[in-house]
Amino acid sequence: MPPCLPRLLAAVLLSGATAVLAQTTVTVVNFGGANGNAQKKAYYEPFEKAAGVRMVPVEYNGEQAKVKAMVEARKVTWDIVETESPDVDRGCDEGLFERIDWSRIGNKADFLPAAVHDCGVGIFFWSTVIAYNADRVKEPPRHWADFWDLRKYPGKRALRKGARYNLEFALMADGVKPADVYKVLATPEGAERAFRKLAELKPHLQWWEAGAQPPQFLVAGDVIMASSYNGRIDAAQREGRNLRITWTGSIFDVDFWTIPKGSPNRDVAMRFIAFASDPDRQADYARLISYGPTHSKTLGKLDAKVLANLPSAPANAKDALRFDFRFWADQGEVLEKRFAAWAAQ
Amino acid sequence: MAGSEADAARALARDRRARVLQALGLTAPLLVFLAFTFLIPIGALLMRAVENPEVARALPATVAVLDSWDTVSAPPDGAYRAFADDLLAMAEPADAGGLARRLNSELPGARSLVMGAFRQRESFATLDAPAAKAAFLALDERWQQPELWRVIARNGSRWTPDYLLASVDRRRDATGDVVAVPEEQAVFVRILLRTLGIGATVTLVCLVLAYPLAWWLSTLPVRKANRLLILVLVPFWTSVLVRVAAWIVLLQSEGLVNRALAGLGWIDRPLELLFNRTGVIIAMVHILLPFMILPLYSVMKGIPRDYQRAAVSLGSHPLGAFVRVFVPQTLPGVTAGVLLVFILAIGYYVTPALLGGPADQMLSSSVAQYANVELNWGMACALGAVLLTATLVLYGVYRRFATGEGLTA
Repeated sequence: MPPCLPRLLAAVLLSGATAVLAQTTVTVVNFGGANGNAQKKAYYEPFEKAAGVRMVPVEYNGEQAKVKAMVEARKVTWDIVETESPDVDRGCDEGLFERIDWSRIGNKADFLPAAVHDCGVGIFFWSTVIAYNADRVKEPPRHWADFWDLRKYPGKRALRKGARYNLEFALMADGVKPADVYKVLATPEGAERAFRKLAELKPHLQWWEAGAQPPQFLVAGDVIMASSYNGRIDAAQREGRNLRITWTGSIFDVDFWTIPKGSPNRDVAMRFIAFASDPDRQADYARLISYGPTHSKTLGKLDAKVLANLPSAPANAKDALRFDFRFWADQGEVLEKRFAAWAAQ
Repeated sequence: MAGSEADAARALARDRRARVLQALGLTAPLLVFLAFTFLIPIGALLMRAVENPEVARALPATVAVLDSWDTVSAPPDGAYRAFADDLLAMAEPADAGGLARRLNSELPGARSLVMGAFRQRESFATLDAPAAKAAFLALDERWQQPELWRVIARNGSRWTPDYLLASVDRRRDATGDVVAVPEEQAVFVRILLRTLGIGATVTLVCLVLAYPLAWWLSTLPVRKANRLLILVLVPFWTSVLVRVAAWIVLLQSEGLVNRALAGLGWIDRPLELLFNRTGVIIAMVHILLPFMILPLYSVMKGIPRDYQRAAVSLGSHPLGAFVRVFVPQTLPGVTAGVLLVFILAIGYYVTPALLGGPADQMLSSSVAQYANVELNWGMACALGAVLLTATLVLYGVYRRFATGEGLTA
């Protein structure tokens, strides 16, 4: 009996210790790749230390089906989700997300207006740009008309699968000014024009779905040009790849932190969002990947070299288009269906 | 005598009952498992394809008013009042969101109309019917378009054939007749035919590749055949994604295949093997080949070679003996392999998404689009139902033409 006692005691102590060590585990969902890594370093790891919780990152490509399924089944296992702007708006209307308690996040007025939503806090500004491999393309494409110029730039091109962005790009390639793109696209003739322009490229198109694909295609030489998230090209440049960006006609948008409705950790999640919205944290993030901060005081903390690569740099934003998520919330389904019909022909 | 006969009959009946109970007891775990993992989910999927709860739940008063509307003239003022009442009665904002999504999927722009009115709903509280109409029109002129109210009236019942009709490129027009959708919207029939076409091509290529291999394996001694079968099975144990990624490496324009061909001087320009139908078919054949080889091999293994030898000894040409004696006996294996490969192939999603171009996407990718991106699960389920129906119909055709035993191989 006596030899058993210490072991028993140890077991009791150990189980006590694990009980003390059992931390809150928070699941945070992001778009993975270079962006996910930057979030991990700038946001998750410091927050783990500061708040004593464990952050479990999960990757996705923005599909909202899982959020909807979790909320409908009242079994929410995602606590914080990086969500694209049209999905934040739509999900907010349909009751998929918790309302943000802005008094806990900070001063609303400090955030850029586009980054403030009832159900979301803007994380960063990002752009979809023209990217190309400077080892293969000698003369840089200047705008979307060059992207469409098959004679000057023969070869395949990659675009994100779906109607979003591509119809805007097609109209700009067809000579529509960025400021008029959504006005034109809202008319039946404008939509027709966009699809007709897109059809010119059809035999030369390769779709991408994950943000990591365009730089891969470009490096492997599968495509000559691609639409791409600007941060992914930045990440490839940091790995020594000779990929370049053309900012003219880029479309910028905001990604948001959201909390799926009924998350058991919504209190910690709200704390995390407040933590990650701090200008110093956002500056750390912008140094790791060239996505623009949403807190107005962050810009002052960044040096000129970092600033020059952000979508918000004046030179980059000059001929850019702001993504109109309300337009896409209304017209998205019908345009996407038409796109699917068009792509299938 | 009579008593003992009745006793015997009773004993017999008791015995039979016991056997039935025993059989039920033995299969019960499997039946319960199948019910929960297979039958109930499929039933739920089919339900969701015809379910249409949003409008009926959110707008009971409006639907009642629109019942007496002729769907052609201007919508009655009372409909605006009823719509305001329904908005005010909503318990949760999510009901408005669900309604907005449902209407928007039939009439683009309806989302912002509904949500705009929902945010202003308090201001409608005390208005009479004409004033309510004026208030809605002041918010947005599009509230007077009859099409919006027709969509509401059409979706007033809890069940709808619309998703299923849409999944075969049909719709109900204003008068309720089923008509084809406009050409630029017609997509699913074409994708379904393409799905079946890719499935058939992959099945055929698999059969052509697998048949000689399975025949050769069946002629080898068991030990040697088993060792070679492991080679067939190894890729089977690798994840589909890994194999698809490997094909990307092999087939890309500077990949191994193109470099080897260029090195041999057979091609000047890289062949386009990726992001088109070729890449999809190559990878799908690779992934599905074991499903063809294994049933073929197992059937061929059981065919005595003596029959062929007998045919030859009776004067048949060896090739004739092979075609007329051996091949017919392998038909059960062919049927099983073809059915298995074809049914698996038409459900493919990842391989065409990663290796195919825009014109190589199969029906599953449309299901994924509606389930994941549009969150229109009714439409996703309807497309799933179409795929399920196509599979069952083909299975039925096979049952008619194939011998019954073919399916047990």
